[in-house]
Amino acid sequence: MTSKPRHAATATSPLGLLLITGAVATVGLLIVAPLASVFVDAFSNGPQAWWEALAHDPDTRHAIWLSLTVAPIAVLINTIFGVAAAWLVARFRFPGRSLLVSLFDVPFSVSPVVAGLALVLIFGRQGLLGPTLAWLAVKVIFAWPGLVLATTFVTLPLVVRELIPVMEAIGPEEEMAAVSLGANGWQVFWRVTLPNIRWALLHGVVLANARAMGEFGAVYVVSGHIAGATDTMPLRVEKLFQEYRTPASMAVASVLAALALLTLVAKVFIERQLETESKELEAARAPGADTDPTTGGLGP
Amino acid sequence: MNTPPTPSSSNRREGPPADGFSILRPPSPPIRRARHRTVLPGFGISAAITSLMIVALVVIPLAVLILRAASLGPTGFLAAAWTPRARAAYAVSLGSSLTAAIISSLLGLLVAWVLVRLEFPGRRILDALVDVPLALPTAVAGLVYSTLYVEKGWLGQWLVPVGIKGAYSLLGIVLVLVFVSLPFAIRVVQPVIESLDKDTEEAARLLGASRSQTFFRVVLPGILPAVVTGFALALARALGEYGSVVFISGNMPFKTEIAPVLIVSRLEEFAYAEATAIAVVLLGMSLSMLVVVNDLQQRLVRNSQ
Repeated sequence: MTSKPRHAATATSPLGLLLITGAVATVGLLIVAPLASVFVDAFSNGPQAWWEALAHDPDTRHAIWLSLTVAPIAVLINTIFGVAAAWLVARFRFPGRSLLVSLFDVPFSVSPVVAGLALVLIFGRQGLLGPTLAWLAVKVIFAWPGLVLATTFVTLPLVVRELIPVMEAIGPEEEMAAVSLGANGWQVFWRVTLPNIRWALLHGVVLANARAMGEFGAVYVVSGHIAGATDTMPLRVEKLFQEYRTPASMAVASVLAALALLTLVAKVFIERQLETESKELEAARAPGADTDPTTGGLGP
Repeated sequence: MNTPPTPSSSNRREGPPADGFSILRPPSPPIRRARHRTVLPGFGISAAITSLMIVALVVIPLAVLILRAASLGPTGFLAAAWTPRARAAYAVSLGSSLTAAIISSLLGLLVAWVLVRLEFPGRRILDALVDVPLALPTAVAGLVYSTLYVEKGWLGQWLVPVGIKGAYSLLGIVLVLVFVSLPFAIRVVQPVIESLDKDTEEAARLLGASRSQTFFRVVLPGILPAVVTGFALALARALGEYGSVVFISGNMPFKTEIAPVLIVSRLEEFAYAEATAIAVVLLGMSLSMLVVVNDLQQRLVRNSQ
């Protein structure tokens, strides 16, 4: 008995069919049905009503605009942080390195609500910096800087976690070669590192953006939920729902869901690129491949 | 940039070669330096950016939170964090998150197994759909789930008459928590199943083990550490979840109110001390869960070796 027929037999065997049915039912009921119903419900009164719910409500318009401002700022901050942190962790060894890596993951295990509360305790009117901020006439909580801070916190691990494994897999040899040829830091980064990590970076950015656009808990706490001022799109969804305007709420939700689908398409595309590149890397590393004398000694 | 290295180009780099073999024999000092990675620039600036962000966004906020709770004193803290309503909220949070994480782990194992081991039309689409909960805002998930499972909803119209209430109930909380945590459970297990050695399974079958014996004795020990990791991630995500639950739970104190919802409602009453104390308990719950699960996972890894 060879392995191929056995493998093929499992897919069509009763047990195989049962397992497939179970998996399809799981994904279908838990994921596809809700997703489909967003669009069905959003367009149940026709595209005209959908468009009016989005474009003719000034508060909703403002929420869309605010989300499109806050999310890119948070993603930009996280991109800079992610690249710096990945460079630090993947290219240098220093005391406290593993502690630092575990700190990157902390936002994953802290409830967004708790994170928002911590920001209120620092920047709120009765917070640590409250009097200073009042004196400077700067508003953080119940204003967009608080939204940016909260969104940055919850998306903090996403870019750096994508970059570290890729940068460790590529290794520092090409960058060291560039340095030894006289390139300065920026040249090394723009010409060697960035081209190597571009797909992983994009992957992280896409994921961070999706999370940033959709963040609810942390943003809810710091925003004060002021319609037309500090409501982002997800908060607008909730407010419309609370006001028993479910169709309008669904219309906003459908925009967010469409964005999520777009994110997934981009993700699948980027992952395919990443796979190709890691295969190329493996082929280049394979024994017998034409290796550069400067890196040859480092191979496994 | 990347011109293929020729002997002449590497000669130029290293100065005049002593003999023809120096090309084949890489000089040793640069390699030692490579291992220590001290030649590369940018340590200072990347360390500065990283530590600024981590200290400002993670360390200081959490320290302030804990110090603020500590400033209440032991009795003040207990009075704020251990009220009957708060205790009920911890129980709802913990119970529904554990249930959801267990369900996610089991369903996740099933889906991951099917995605890796079985070839069928639509497999790639199924694989892509698994990530929907990561990209879909949780508020949208909560909204949709609550409309699906109410009496007039797509699924509620069949389920509510049979007595299954999927909205404004504990079941509803578990449902959305399974939704948000399912991708974690699947994506952690999937690569481990891919890396399993099929020959061992085949050997077990050939030696007369039944299908279930092969699964429980051969396959499961290998993937259990990954399942536990997936469970931990799912649990951490579920414990802190707010956006989706607030739509579907009905938020009835003592019944369907989870701890994050209670924190928000205390905040809205400007009861900062109470909100902070409850937040610290929630934080402690998720961190101690992670420690326990980490320990369990390490023991499993040791046993399977």
